[in-house]
Amino acid sequence: MTKTIFKRPKSLKENIFHYCPGCGHSIAHRLIAEIIDEMEIRGVTIGVPPAGCAVLAYNYFDVDMIEAPHGRGPAMASGIKRVLLDRFVFSYQGDGDLAAIGIAESFHAANRGENITVIFINNAVYGMTGGQMAPTTMLEQRTTTTPSGRHKILDGYPVKVCELLSNLKGVTYAQRCSVTSPLNINKTKKAIRKAFQCQRDKLGFSLVEILSPCPTNWKMNPIESCKWIDNVMSKEFPLGVFKDNTAPAHKEAEAV
Amino acid sequence: MNKFLMSGNSIIGEAAIRAGCRFYAGYPITPQNELTEYMAEHMRNAEGGIFIQSESEIAAINMIAGASVAGARVMTSSSGPGISLKQEGISSMAACELPGVIVNIMRGGPGLGNIRPSQGDYFQATRGGGHGDYRTIVFGPATCQELADLTMDAFDLADKYRTPVMILADGMMGQMMEPVVFKKPKPRQYSNDFILRGAGEGKSKFIHGLILDAIDMEEHNWKLARKYGVITENETRHEEHKIDDADLTIVAYGTAARIAKGAIKRLREHNRKVGLFRPITLWPFPELQLRALSQKIKNFLVFEMSTGQMLEDVRLALQGYATVWFHGRPGGAVPTPAELANVVARYYDKKD
Repeated sequence: MTKTIFKRPKSLKENIFHYCPGCGHSIAHRLIAEIIDEMEIRGVTIGVPPAGCAVLAYNYFDVDMIEAPHGRGPAMASGIKRVLLDRFVFSYQGDGDLAAIGIAESFHAANRGENITVIFINNAVYGMTGGQMAPTTMLEQRTTTTPSGRHKILDGYPVKVCELLSNLKGVTYAQRCSVTSPLNINKTKKAIRKAFQCQRDKLGFSLVEILSPCPTNWKMNPIESCKWIDNVMSKEFPLGVFKDNTAPAHKEAEAV
Repeated sequence: MNKFLMSGNSIIGEAAIRAGCRFYAGYPITPQNELTEYMAEHMRNAEGGIFIQSESEIAAINMIAGASVAGARVMTSSSGPGISLKQEGISSMAACELPGVIVNIMRGGPGLGNIRPSQGDYFQATRGGGHGDYRTIVFGPATCQELADLTMDAFDLADKYRTPVMILADGMMGQMMEPVVFKKPKPRQYSNDFILRGAGEGKSKFIHGLILDAIDMEEHNWKLARKYGVITENETRHEEHKIDDADLTIVAYGTAARIAKGAIKRLREHNRKVGLFRPITLWPFPELQLRALSQKIKNFLVFEMSTGQMLEDVRLALQGYATVWFHGRPGGAVPTPAELANVVARYYDKKD
């Protein structure tokens, strides 16, 4: 007798990912799809993909989706969620989308405690446009627009989104994870589940930041990329739970 | 029918709520603040009504895009500088074919300009405004009654053609008070096929403006263009005032058309036969209707509270069949009917 222990989640379409080998997006997509399957919310979920490498996320997720202009995902998600209170709404955003062009929309959706989930892919670089500096680019990191390395005087410092947003009262849950090892992938999956559960319980804004490899633009192989996240990037962006008000004591919902 | 004495900004808000608008997002900017405040006050009394004071005009337009795709009737409002910020989202709504109403209570520009009534945003409104090959339906109301009627019509047209519709008024229209009657709104007709509510047990849908294949993107552009063609054919509106015996016709819209009517009264008291052609839809522009008029009237004077924007549409419409003069007061200056009458009289007396 055979038993299926691993298969494609129902919430992922049959399409082949266009992502580069070693890219973290495909793992993140799969984890979200697994959670949607496990929570049985495929039919009541609406996703908002960003501009960037994940702009084609609607080719992969088998849930209703509408693409947002660059950075505006949380504003659009706010509009959807306010009208459809019983639906699950998530935006999927990169570091440029969330922390540069869309910082205002992200900050204020978080501050309003919108009952949505933001999945934030932090790979310290603009991927789709060819490897320019992101707000989360590390100091000294070379990108096509910081050819001699990010300089703190000229380019400013890496933006720490979990630290920043977890200071807002509207934020119920914020965790930073990575997808560099089976252990970290499992932790990320748990974080995504918690974020969606937070939404199910109408507790307010939830954020999962995922440190994600971009071997192509980092000019490393996939294994080196994972090591770079573990040894370098996660020193600047420490993994962990930055805020968790999902416990019963906090369940006087701040959400709409 | 009950008559209500209300300010223009409040009238737009009331008409929108009566038309079934249940989602409004906006950011304060003068001279349209009363509209945002009206929605804040009255949306909560409307069943299912949602009001959000957004962090920016950019956020507001994207919020209404989200609420629109979720199936609500939606509106946002602003003035010049804020409308510029909304253009990214208006372009996106046009691309994704999302209905929504955008109100621009124009002020003096460019840049921050001032908060006086002006008509400098005509190009921005009628040429699409944002990036890419698209148009928005643009209404240019000239009375408070029209603010009420056209706001309701704007929601119907937005649904019918699945496209953003703009109300283009100015600070004068927003601030003035006139008695109005609110007509009975039509029941909404909008297919669930275009709404995202989660896939249920069925096939998932996605809505996007990103079309990477050039031929597919071209076809999407042509599809939009065909839609704009149908709109042009069916939805063009204008008013003719004292045209029948006119030797000279003023072409003006909105507040400028009101001033023109005052001027025409004075001009006719001195036996100068002047009429008015007033576009009500600024896009689609009543091009053929204006051209038809040039068969019997050979002298036109475009009057705008700008340096001459609609002037270009008038010239395109008349195609050289008639003489076109222009008088403009940009930057928030509002001429009196007497001033305009003097200007028009000079042209009238030197016409052929």
